[in-house]
Amino acid sequence: MADEEEAELSEKQKKEIAKWFLLNSPPGEIQFVAKDVKAVINDDVLYEEAASEAFPLYNKSHLISIEMPGRIGDVIVTSYGELAKNEFIDPRTAQVAVVCTEVRPALDEELPSAYVEEFRCAMDAEILKYVGEAYPKGVCSVYCGNGKDVEGPGFDFELVVVISAARHSPQNFCNGSWRSVWSIEFKDEIQMLELKGKLQVGAHYFEEGNVQLDAKHECKDTTIFQSSEDSAIAISNIIRQHETEYLTSLEASYSNLPDTTFKDLRRKLPVTRTLFPWQNTLQFSLTRDITKELGIGK
Amino acid sequence: MEAAMGLMRRMPPKHTETSLSALLSLLPQHSSDLLSQVDQPLQVLCDMEYGKEFILCEYNRDADSYRSPWSNKYHPPLEDGSLPSLELRKLEVEANDIFAIYRDQYYEGGISSVYMWEDDNEDGSKTGQGRRGYLQEGAWDAIHVIEVGPEEEGTAHYRLTSTVMLSLTTDNESSGTFSLSGSIRRQMNMHLSTEEGHLCNMGRMIEEMESKLRNSLDQVYFGKTKEMVCTLRPPSEVVMRLPDS
Repeated sequence: MADEEEAELSEKQKKEIAKWFLLNSPPGEIQFVAKDVKAVINDDVLYEEAASEAFPLYNKSHLISIEMPGRIGDVIVTSYGELAKNEFIDPRTAQVAVVCTEVRPALDEELPSAYVEEFRCAMDAEILKYVGEAYPKGVCSVYCGNGKDVEGPGFDFELVVVISAARHSPQNFCNGSWRSVWSIEFKDEIQMLELKGKLQVGAHYFEEGNVQLDAKHECKDTTIFQSSEDSAIAISNIIRQHETEYLTSLEASYSNLPDTTFKDLRRKLPVTRTLFPWQNTLQFSLTRDITKELGIGK
Repeated sequence: MEAAMGLMRRMPPKHTETSLSALLSLLPQHSSDLLSQVDQPLQVLCDMEYGKEFILCEYNRDADSYRSPWSNKYHPPLEDGSLPSLELRKLEVEANDIFAIYRDQYYEGGISSVYMWEDDNEDGSKTGQGRRGYLQEGAWDAIHVIEVGPEEEGTAHYRLTSTVMLSLTTDNESSGTFSLSGSIRRQMNMHLSTEEGHLCNMGRMIEEMESKLRNSLDQVYFGKTKEMVCTLRPPSEVVMRLPDS
């Protein structure tokens, strides 16, 4: 019987559902979700297809960091560093990680020009310093988003700063991640740098329940085009400032909860400020009922 | 089925409806289990006869119709929909009135419905009850199911299972979107004297439970996610660094 009914869903639909579940996994929990999805789908071939499509997307959107073999450092899985399917560049070490098996040195054409690299490298050093100070378990990388072949002044290019901090502690029933992506456009003509930041913070607490935080924020800023080192310092200061402000606003949202939001939904005590008088209300309500019935005359 | 429940524990609570409908379509053979074990955000219908809204849930559903606790009629009309016995219906009417007052005092608005039915397995009555409060972008849905055992020597056993589903979203220019959602479920067993009546006992249990759940959500659950954010990016460090920038 089950088979007949299941036939109503096409394989494609089933795969889409499987992908939806996988992509909606809380930070660091995709393996657990995958196990359940596999059981629910009950079709290994279909599951493998869905997983092979969903895992790379999940890894990229969660900015997963992977340790490269040979202890040379971590590589962040992000679309900004994606050269080919499963190949991610780490600009700091100029290595390309083939997830998750090997690394190879980057080819020259995979790296930015010396001119852009100077800006990228300076930025990387500043961001590394900042992330080291602000995030106990943060990883970061600076990519060249556009114009990696620009050889010198006179043209625009773009750098992308990716910061990812994740904390998984299933033994405490809690997982979370902080992800920020900053794109910085170096506008040569107007000698300005335009910053756009996308910040995303998620947390999942699941001891005897399921509570999730999902917060997103976008912001913009500009600064003047300076030397590679000065630009790097200016930009890391701007990023620090925005991220600090954002954290403060998150904390403010949390501290507003008990007094305003929560109270508007359900009070701690009734408007009367005493527990509900169950015994009296019973009588009160009965009398009211009788009067009402008499009044209506039913 | 176990895997399905595992998924429900991990999917974002604000996507409960989507998750549930996906599972229902994948596992049609488990649909009744899923519907009874997964609590989903409450929907309402309006009883035109009384001009009052009532909550739709598994406990007042028969086929595709839902029974209004106000008029005792099914919406849309159902010819032979099951109805509580006369005695039980009397208690149900009373309970709806009282819980409406209770709801008003705690929620200052919202909708509440109480449904009663007889359970096949036990000689007793059962109460399902939902309630919701609304904020611009926030909702509190509570479902309390009480099983009342047979009366013995002036006492009865009560088993309360409560679920609270809460979602809060704020959205503004300066801080972006901030969304917290969660659902928790707890059980409470009590043996009480029936001297003051079932409603009184059930009411007190529900009141105590709701306060506990509210407290856990506020203190423990939201507190834990905040703690997580602060582990990811400790604020004190940043404050110290501020003068630099």
